[in-house]
Amino acid sequence: MIYTVELLITNKKNVRDPEGDTIHKHLILRRGYKCVRKVRAGKYFVFEVEANDSEEALRIVREMSFKLRLYNPIVHHIEVRLRG
Amino acid sequence: MAKIAILKFPGTNCDYDVLWAIKSVGNLDAEIVWYKDFSVKGWDAIIIPGGFSYGDWLRAGAIAARTRAVERIAEAVSQGVPVLGICNGFQILIEAELLPGALLLNDSGKFVCRWIRLKIEKPKGPWLLLAYDGQEVDMPVAHAEGRYYVEDYIQIEALPKIKYLDGWNPNGSAYNIAGIGSSDGLVLGLMPHPERAAEPILVPRGFSTGGSIVFKSISKALKSGW
Repeated sequence: MIYTVELLITNKKNVRDPEGDTIHKHLILRRGYKCVRKVRAGKYFVFEVEANDSEEALRIVREMSFKLRLYNPIVHHIEVRLRG
Repeated sequence: MAKIAILKFPGTNCDYDVLWAIKSVGNLDAEIVWYKDFSVKGWDAIIIPGGFSYGDWLRAGAIAARTRAVERIAEAVSQGVPVLGICNGFQILIEAELLPGALLLNDSGKFVCRWIRLKIEKPKGPWLLLAYDGQEVDMPVAHAEGRYYVEDYIQIEALPKIKYLDGWNPNGSAYNIAGIGSSDGLVLGLMPHPERAAEPILVPRGFSTGGSIVFKSISKALKSGW
């Protein structure tokens, strides 16, 4: 089976994200969306993974992302999830 | 004569500047080595110069850091071979976990290219052999991802460091960190470009040849130890 797995990468809470901050301050708040309290910009990948089940596909992506440093564990927070 | 490898990746563009500085300021022999042809054997020191390896995709230095060539560099370090990373070379050493911390997008979100003033702290090892603690040096920076980050200063407190002087931090680096070394100083990485500040002809009015100390240091270290 081919599973579609997404990887979302954002800076950790305590690591400044100037792009997200600028979008928030100079676009979103300025144009009146006061209800939006915080913005984080990040990176997004989609993988098509051949695996026996969805759990295995997620595991492969988690392991690969860490081993090959698709994200940097020192500064990044990640989310790995199935699409659809 | 001691021989230095200057490692070239697709996108490296400061290799000839470094070669020039090594030869003219350091009086050492050096060779530019394509990353696929790199082996540990025979090199007295290794430099990873600046540029945009793999187009800075993923993160600056992240793809180069996972090549066999960089695995071999880690091996060379364990055998006591000095390694210097300049700018993108520093980003590669950080991404390869050969130096602590992380390098993030500049606070401004933009590429910054200008001369800055620096201070050397706790110099150690072959690359800073001739520097003294607190020595001030000038060099230019040219990067988009140079904002140094470390979770806790304790992690780097004892290490050799190159810091931006107060008011000269161009990217929002934590603790004004511009460069950092391993505890024995065998591995050194820095965002500023010593090869662009090694000779008077390259230096604008009001600044000095702050980069020459690196090339003179490695030259002396390889000739008479450190």
